[in-house]
Amino acid sequence: MSTGAISVRGRRMRSSAHYRLEHIGGRLAIHVTLLILSIIFTLPFFWMLSSSLKTDAEIFQVPPTIIPRTIQFSNFPAAVTTINFFGYLLNTIRYSVFATIGAVISNLVVSYGFSRIKWPGRDKVFFFVVSTMMLPGAVTMIPLYVLFSRLNWVGSLKPLIIPAYFGNAYYIFLIRQFMMTLPVELDDAARIDGCNEGTIFTRIVLPLSKPAITTVALFELLWTWNNFLGPLIYLRDTTTFTLSVGIQLFFTQHGAEWGLLMAASAMFTVPMVILFFFAQRTFIEGITLTGIKG
Amino acid sequence: MARMGLTVQQRRSLRWALLFISPWIVGFLAFTVYPVVTSFIFSFTNFNAIRFNPDFIGFRNYVQLFTRDRLFIKSLTNTLSYAGMLIVGATILDIFAAFLLNFKVRGLSLYRTALFLPVMTPAVASSLTWVWILNPKRGLINGLLARIGVEGPYWVASPRTALLSIAMVAIWGSGRAILIYLAGLKDVPQHLYEAAEIDGAGAAAKMWHITLPLLTPQMLFNLVTLLIHSLQAFTEVFIMTNGGPNNSTLLYGLHLYNRAFKDMQMGMASAMAWILFIIIFVLTVVLFRLSKNLVVYDR
Repeated sequence: MSTGAISVRGRRMRSSAHYRLEHIGGRLAIHVTLLILSIIFTLPFFWMLSSSLKTDAEIFQVPPTIIPRTIQFSNFPAAVTTINFFGYLLNTIRYSVFATIGAVISNLVVSYGFSRIKWPGRDKVFFFVVSTMMLPGAVTMIPLYVLFSRLNWVGSLKPLIIPAYFGNAYYIFLIRQFMMTLPVELDDAARIDGCNEGTIFTRIVLPLSKPAITTVALFELLWTWNNFLGPLIYLRDTTTFTLSVGIQLFFTQHGAEWGLLMAASAMFTVPMVILFFFAQRTFIEGITLTGIKG
Repeated sequence: MARMGLTVQQRRSLRWALLFISPWIVGFLAFTVYPVVTSFIFSFTNFNAIRFNPDFIGFRNYVQLFTRDRLFIKSLTNTLSYAGMLIVGATILDIFAAFLLNFKVRGLSLYRTALFLPVMTPAVASSLTWVWILNPKRGLINGLLARIGVEGPYWVASPRTALLSIAMVAIWGSGRAILIYLAGLKDVPQHLYEAAEIDGAGAAAKMWHITLPLLTPQMLFNLVTLLIHSLQAFTEVFIMTNGGPNNSTLLYGLHLYNRAFKDMQMGMASAMAWILFIIIFVLTVVLFRLSKNLVVYDR
């Protein structure tokens, strides 16, 4: 009997130590793999920064260095003066800010209609709205261009900003999902008190919708800041260019000036990286929410 | 009494609802319905943005695309290969990355930020950086390869590897999907894994029988999204290669853009847009049909 107990205990002890070692080994492997993946994914960003700090000689050096041996900051002021950087920046900010305001306001209003008011056919229409997301942009691109050129809006940011004030299926979906989580009792109580939908919207639902507002605002800011095809099609005069087309223009004209290009690209990218660091949670929640569609 | 249609209350709600939804309705009519109908009509004309009285030419645009326009066929095959590479590569990488992130390791948010960083980077900035990184002589990758004695390929400078390089850059930017898979993984109930372990299942068996099947809704969503985006890909190729070398990276979206805004052949470009629409529609329907048998929703 006693021999059996000892051998059983011994076996159990060995297996727990084995498990711990395997556990540590497994964790290490995961960390190493994640580290490698993270390096691969962020390398281009660091390369952009490092190239922007290099001297011209070192940029073209073979074999290339990852960390610059001599750091110079002169590419940055040079980039700002060589291209109309601040002009482009102002245009980009104007585009992003006005489009974002439009996106937030219009989608909040529309989503309220799809979530807090009960009306016949509501869910079927909502499903239809969501299905319009699958329409390829290519189909509407050309007639929209023709329409805007007839309105004399081509050459300005209007074709890019104004449509944002008319709702967007993706944001409607996002905000509606959010609004459905707000307790209905508040609305009902207000309705019994005789409030109309307008008051309920402005006094009750709106103040509670801050997370939805932040999410839509951040996504629209990001999307408009990075947008290339839109400005490419609609902007003519280089003084109206946004950063995306402005930097690309510089590339087509001064292809080999990598120091300046990387400096301009870095300045173009950094605001978005900073935005992400401050608003990580919102971005991540906004994206994961769309995946739980089913 | 019920046959009176809507009650007063319902009618009032409907009126309010329509008021709230009106911005979307106006936008839908002006920016979706009108363009869709118009582009359909354009596709049967020789509209070239200069003549304001285009003539009806029937299906000539469509026929010419398939029979006369060599670049059209090339752009189609390029785009299909590109989409194939992107979808397969991105799905494998993204599920794998989400799987790793799902282990509660320390520094999780740092890893997550790193993997998501490409999504935040403007396409212009990242495309230009990649052009430089993939430079055959002075770029980072071939430089690193040279250090271990390997001669790197010509990446976007060679017709054979250019499309693959573009697909690689696109896979690098697929961080959104990782987050969606991660959310899906978190939803898998622990007790399923425990039950499997008791039955003696190894890691691979658990992955195949539990994790992947329960991840199929996210896979469907990401596949459809990837499909729609990859078939219309434009910015990366426009900036990095402009379709070259030798039209090896001429993607459908780029060809459409060239036809519409460089050649001003908007009738033909509209036809291209509709062909693309049909392709996307058919592939999406196929995906959804397949998903009925493969996707698991309720456990």
